[in-house]
Parts: sequence; structure tokens; C-alpha cells
Amino acid sequence: MHSTGYVIKFTIIMTIVAGLILSGMFYATEPIAKKNAAVFNKRAILSALTYSMDKPQAEMTDDEVIELFNTKMEQKVLNLKGEVVEGDLLAENLSLAAEAKKPEAERLIPLFTYNGKDGKTNILAVYGSGLWDKVWGYIALKPDNKTISGASFDHKGETPGLGAEIKDDPTFSYRFIGKSLYNKNNEFTSVSVVKKVNNPDNEVDGIGGATLTGDGITEMMVRGINYYLPYLKKNN
Amino acid sequence: MTTEKEKTPLFGPKERRLLWDPLNDNNPITVQVLGVCSALAVTSLVYKSVVMSIAVIFVLAFANLVTSLIRNYVPSQVRMIAQLVVIATLVTIVELALKAANYAIYKELSVFIGLIITNCIVMGRLEAFASSNSPWRSFLDGIGNGLGYGVILIIVGFVRELFGKGTLFAGSPIQMNIIGKSNDLVNYWIDTSGGAMSWYSNNGMLALPVSSLFLIGILIWVQRARNKKLVDVS
Repeated sequence: MHSTGYVIKFTIIMTIVAGLILSGMFYATEPIAKKNAAVFNKRAILSALTYSMDKPQAEMTDDEVIELFNTKMEQKVLNLKGEVVEGDLLAENLSLAAEAKKPEAERLIPLFTYNGKDGKTNILAVYGSGLWDKVWGYIALKPDNKTISGASFDHKGETPGLGAEIKDDPTFSYRFIGKSLYNKNNEFTSVSVVKKVNNPDNEVDGIGGATLTGDGITEMMVRGINYYLPYLKKNN
Repeated sequence: MTTEKEKTPLFGPKERRLLWDPLNDNNPITVQVLGVCSALAVTSLVYKSVVMSIAVIFVLAFANLVTSLIRNYVPSQVRMIAQLVVIATLVTIVELALKAANYAIYKELSVFIGLIITNCIVMGRLEAFASSNSPWRSFLDGIGNGLGYGVILIIVGFVRELFGKGTLFAGSPIQMNIIGKSNDLVNYWIDTSGGAMSWYSNNGMLALPVSSLFLIGILIWVQRARNKKLVDVS
């Protein structure tokens, strides 16, 4: 049995040593981790453009991704009235989760514009709830701002093999390509995920066993794209 | 301990047993049934299993080594706390390193790297072995148990990914499509035939964590049927 004094001394030394090792490690890896997180986020945005770029993001190196964002990607932060918010905040650094908690009057949304071979492609960010947890996605529009040219989805905790297929199965986001956000009477309807497609212009086939995740995506798309309409109408 | 010290060889029969025993006769997952929780969660892809195994081997080996080195200085009143501090420090190092080395797989494994702290294998080896054995032997014991854990993880990951997704090593640079139609549209355009057995449709159940429970059960069954030492006679 050691004395109480020894135990206290031992505990203090142990804490200091562990603390020093960890803080040293943290400061050594922080710049790399920050860069990795930024590239990860940029890749998520670019994955909506997979089928309209010469080289999909999966085949690009980290430096190419950063270079593309510096040269070909415009970023704007908008409010829900459709006005561009000036400031230092870059659209890619906007936290969708934090903005979703704010009241609509204060909420900000990011807008990315890619200057590619087909002209200016706007990429919208949408955020909503799936079955278990949050789902989000990036929707790329053709230069007419009415037709989807690409989409990518991600989720926090959907069921693997069912709801998680919105991310894991690339054929799901592929189904959105060419769908129109407007119906035949030119009213905004967004694109719905349904069990049986009756209206191929505005509906996509859902994933079997993931009806509620699909409903979540439908709701997220209607609400999320609606936020961008004031801006898109003004700038068309 | 003092008399034995001079004769201890680097790789004597005892040391070899420390490395090989956990791979079969004393496997942490299939025989001791420890660390099953993480084996269910991270085995959907082989690549994830491999990264998780390397992380656990690193944590186990060094936690054993450090615990063994300080075993004569640790007051028995705070023994467990000291062990937890060692494990938590090592796990945080792994987490920070992974964040810098491969951010995508860090995101995929998410909380499960942090949860190595609660992996029963780590604490179990520290208590059962490292706190009463020499540093070198403890280090080998850590590697052996980590390998025993990793082997099961990779076997389960292999079956789950192959029949659940039709791929192997998805997410890593050597990702390949083995059976069924390619799920990757970018490559699908180039190679419409997909892999072998293009009629095969992915088995969605294998993507669910519950399938690893069945697979581990089957592994335990096969191992017990073949290994007479494991038959419970009592």
C-alpha cells in the first residue's frame, strides 16, 4: 500500500505527462487535419457535379480540388430573401446544421457557382431529417436553374443497406439527373422520391425498404430549394 | 522475476505462444467473446476492418508495454485509473493521427475509434497480463491479441463486403468490384459487365450490423468443431 502523498504525486505527474503528450500531438497534426476537413467538405460539394465534369472529384487529388475551388468556383452566402450577404464568411464554411436551428429571418444558405464547360452551374445545399437522424445533400442545377444536373446525398445515421444507400448507391443520386424542379404549368414542385413513378419529370424511384428516408429527402428538397427561389428568380 | 530475467530469450517458445495463442486457442473474439461490439459495427467493409485492426493492435501493444513498464510504480489504489489514462492517451493519439493521415476513413469509423477505450480486450489484457509481466512479453501479448481480434474482423469484413456490396477494399486505393454489377456508375460506363457473376444481386442483410453476429457465431462453431481443446467437458 502506498501512502496518500505518493498517490497524489503519482496522479499529478501522470496527468501532466499525458496532457503534454496529447497537446503536443494535437498541435502537430492540427494544420493537416484542418486542411483534410476542408478538402473533405469541398469534395462533398463537388460530388454533385460528378457527371458534368471532365474529371470526377473521386479521381482528383487534394491539390486539384483546392485549385478548382480557387479558380472555377464562386461562393456566395445568401439570406432567405434572396440577397447576397457580404462579409468574410465563405459559403463552404457555413454550417448547415447550425443554420437550420436559427429562425428563418436570420438563416443563411450557401450558394456555389461552378464555371464549367456547360456554363454556370449553381449548386444548392439542402438539409433535413431522414428516418433516424439528419440527411443533407448538394443539388447542382443546369444553367436554366430549372433542371437538375447532378445530386449527392449524405446522412448521419440511416440504416446501412437501406436508408444509407442514398449515399452508398451512386445509382440513387444518378436518378435525379435531368429531373425538373417545375411542373408543366411552370409551378415549383421540386423533385419527389416515390414508390412508383407516375410523373417522370418530377419524381424519382425510391429505395426499397427506405420509404421514410425517401420522404425525408422529398421534404428536404422542397423546403431547401424553395429557400433559393427568390435569389434564382432575381438572377435568371 | 529476477532469476528468470537473464535467461529470457527474445523469441523463445513462450514468446511465440504469446503471439500465436490469441490467433486460435485463445482468440479474444471467438473464445473469450470480448470486443464483439466493435466487431459488429465496423466490419461492413474490409478496409474499415483493416484500419480498425491496426488501431487496436497499436493501442493494445503500447498500452501493454507502458502498463508493464510502470507496473511497479503504480499505486494499487489508482491502478485502474492509471490504466485508463494510458489507454485513453493512446486512443486519442490514434484518432489525431488518423484525422491527419486519412480523413475520409476517420469520418467512416467516426465514434468507433474513440470507443477502443471501452474495448474489453484492452482493459482485460492490461489487468490479466501486463500488470504482472515483463515489458517485452506484454508487448508481444498485445500484438498477439490485437492480431487475434483483427483476423476475425477482417474475415467478417471480407464476407460482408463481398456478398453485401460485391466489392473488396472499397474506399481504399485498391478498391475492386468482384461479383455482381458494378455499383460505381463512373466505372459502370466503362465496364458494363461488372465483375464475375453479374446476375448476383447484393444481399442487403449483410450490410446490416446484425449479420456480423451470425458470422461470428458461425466462426465460433467452426472453430469449436475443429479444435478439440476448446470443447467444454465440464
